[in-house]
Amino acid sequence: MVIRATLAMSGVLLAGCSHNNQPANIIRIGSASPLSGPQAHLGQDNANGAQLAVDDINAAGGIILAGKTYRLQLLAEDDQADPKIATTVAQQFADDDVAGVIGHLNSGASIPAARVYDDAGIPQISPSSTAIAYTHLGFKTAWRVMTNDSQQGSALAQYATRNLHAKRIAVVDDRTAYGQGLADEFARAATTNGAQIVDREYTTDHATDFLSILTSIKASAPDVVFFGGMDPQAGPLARQMRQLGLNAQLLGGDGVQTDQFIKLAGQAADGTIASNPGLPLDQMPGGARFKREFTTRFGPIQNYAPYAYDAVYVMANAMQRAQSADPAKYLPMLASTHYQGVTGNISFDRHGDLAQGTVTLYKVINTHWQPLTTLTNTAAH
Amino acid sequence: MDIFLQQLINGLVLGSVYALIALGYTMVYGILGLINFAHGEITMIGAMLALAVITHLTGSALPIPVILLAGLLTAIAGCSALGLLIERIAYRPLRHAPRLAPLITAIGVSIILQNLAMLIWGRQYISFPPLLPQGWIDVAGARLTDVQLIILITSALLMLILDSLVRRTPLGRAMRATAQSPRLAGLMGIDANRIIAVTFVIGSSLAAIGGFLVSAYYGLAHYYMGFLLGLKAFSAAVLGGIGNIRGAMLGGLLLGIIESLGAGYIGPLTHGLFGSNYQDVFAFFVLIAILIIRPAGLLGESTADRA
Repeated sequence: MVIRATLAMSGVLLAGCSHNNQPANIIRIGSASPLSGPQAHLGQDNANGAQLAVDDINAAGGIILAGKTYRLQLLAEDDQADPKIATTVAQQFADDDVAGVIGHLNSGASIPAARVYDDAGIPQISPSSTAIAYTHLGFKTAWRVMTNDSQQGSALAQYATRNLHAKRIAVVDDRTAYGQGLADEFARAATTNGAQIVDREYTTDHATDFLSILTSIKASAPDVVFFGGMDPQAGPLARQMRQLGLNAQLLGGDGVQTDQFIKLAGQAADGTIASNPGLPLDQMPGGARFKREFTTRFGPIQNYAPYAYDAVYVMANAMQRAQSADPAKYLPMLASTHYQGVTGNISFDRHGDLAQGTVTLYKVINTHWQPLTTLTNTAAH
Repeated sequence: MDIFLQQLINGLVLGSVYALIALGYTMVYGILGLINFAHGEITMIGAMLALAVITHLTGSALPIPVILLAGLLTAIAGCSALGLLIERIAYRPLRHAPRLAPLITAIGVSIILQNLAMLIWGRQYISFPPLLPQGWIDVAGARLTDVQLIILITSALLMLILDSLVRRTPLGRAMRATAQSPRLAGLMGIDANRIIAVTFVIGSSLAAIGGFLVSAYYGLAHYYMGFLLGLKAFSAAVLGGIGNIRGAMLGGLLLGIIESLGAGYIGPLTHGLFGSNYQDVFAFFVLIAILIIRPAGLLGESTADRA
């Protein structure tokens, strides 16, 4: 099987350029994330994180499988955060016979792509998709190294009701698989904990004007406004809350807990509370080293780069244990992963979710995110 | 708090920006019969140029109004030059080509500008430095912020100036003559190329100001922002009657109000069947409705001779 895969790969290379003497001992893995459009900064961050891991593995001598040394090669593709394009990218990876895929960034892209990867038998490890559905579709190829929305949503709801003593909560989401999923999980858990959802509003992942929905929300006088979505929307949302004099606590998930959010919201960012799965970068086991390495090469970390980095290592680790880069051989090995990565201990439950979902809550104080508390949540669906 | 009044204010502010941008579409269409689909991107470039200058000057010793003005003037100058350039190299060679050719060229120019902006300013959202006044006034229970007030006054003034320019000055008369018949206007000694150039400069300047106001209002700019903004302003121009300047103003204001009230009330009115995420749909719903019911637009005259 190893020989077959290698032959197939060299066949692809030969077909591409007939007189290329490129050695066949290359394992190609794909990275899929939005490299253009409003979330391009996050997408490039994921691709950079994966690239750094690939380069680190190669610099340390590559992967030795059955006595032969392989180098990793990353193919970064742009899915534009668009579910339709995500399936095209996935099909392209399947046609290219990549050994595995790191991606996609958005749950809305990861979910439709998961079927394509499953059909092709290619393992997919998402560094950042948190929607529950992604790993619950029954595809054996779908994994993630990120806490899911159920774990994150209930941690946020727990914090809102117990620590913030919120009674009246307004919920806004951007109608993406991620935003809607997180908001639904949050609303469900908050209701269970005794809070009342006083208004439910919706926006899109391209919107910049929230005055209309915020005006409606203001009329229902909430204690907390929860936003399920990303920073390009959360930034102006926070500004416009301030502008309308809506003095409720703004609460969000990992899409909000970014430096870009603070940049976009400016002074209005102060006081916002948002969660991020896992530990703060500084408290991650390999955080300091990762930050140093990453920032010298690519500049500031946007958000999920450490997870993309770990995802590559988890994949390489499974290949190592299977002594093969053949997806059919190393896929079963992913299930028994016990890997100590930059972001923490990585092992999976039967769905392909993290066995231990850690969620850290942060608050913006003087235009900087300060960690408040870390909650561990093992109760996935 | 008065919710309805607040939504009305939100809509009016949004609408006056739409109106400013819609004017560019309508003026170019009025004279050339061309939908300049690159106009939205010119708005974006205006916002980007203004922000680049303002960000660069923030922290210097200059007083804040000077910084803002420098940004605005750079945007106006840059966009005027860009408008002229686009007209000269992309539209003028195709002036007598079939109607579809300049339309496709316009879309091409729009894609080029968008990608250029992405290369120059990157893919990130760029934030507007906190230079603007943060105050607000109470209007019968609703809030009108200083920035909103600035937008309302600026766009009202610009529209008044443009209206009297077109209706009362020799230049305006030449523009109207060229719009009616470029050939006959030429026989009367009007240089059509000059008038068209002036039209592009005025339209692009208004777009630059619109882009500046939008980025100041929402506190950000992005290489992609021109797309939706352009489409909505285009819808506004069609709503008012494309080719008609007062129509574009009316269409812009109406569209802003429809969008704002629509997003605010669609949820309760449909019992949650449709949510406020349909905010962007209203512009296009209005566009389709007006094309079916009154293709010439609210204030448009019959455009049979152009069709």
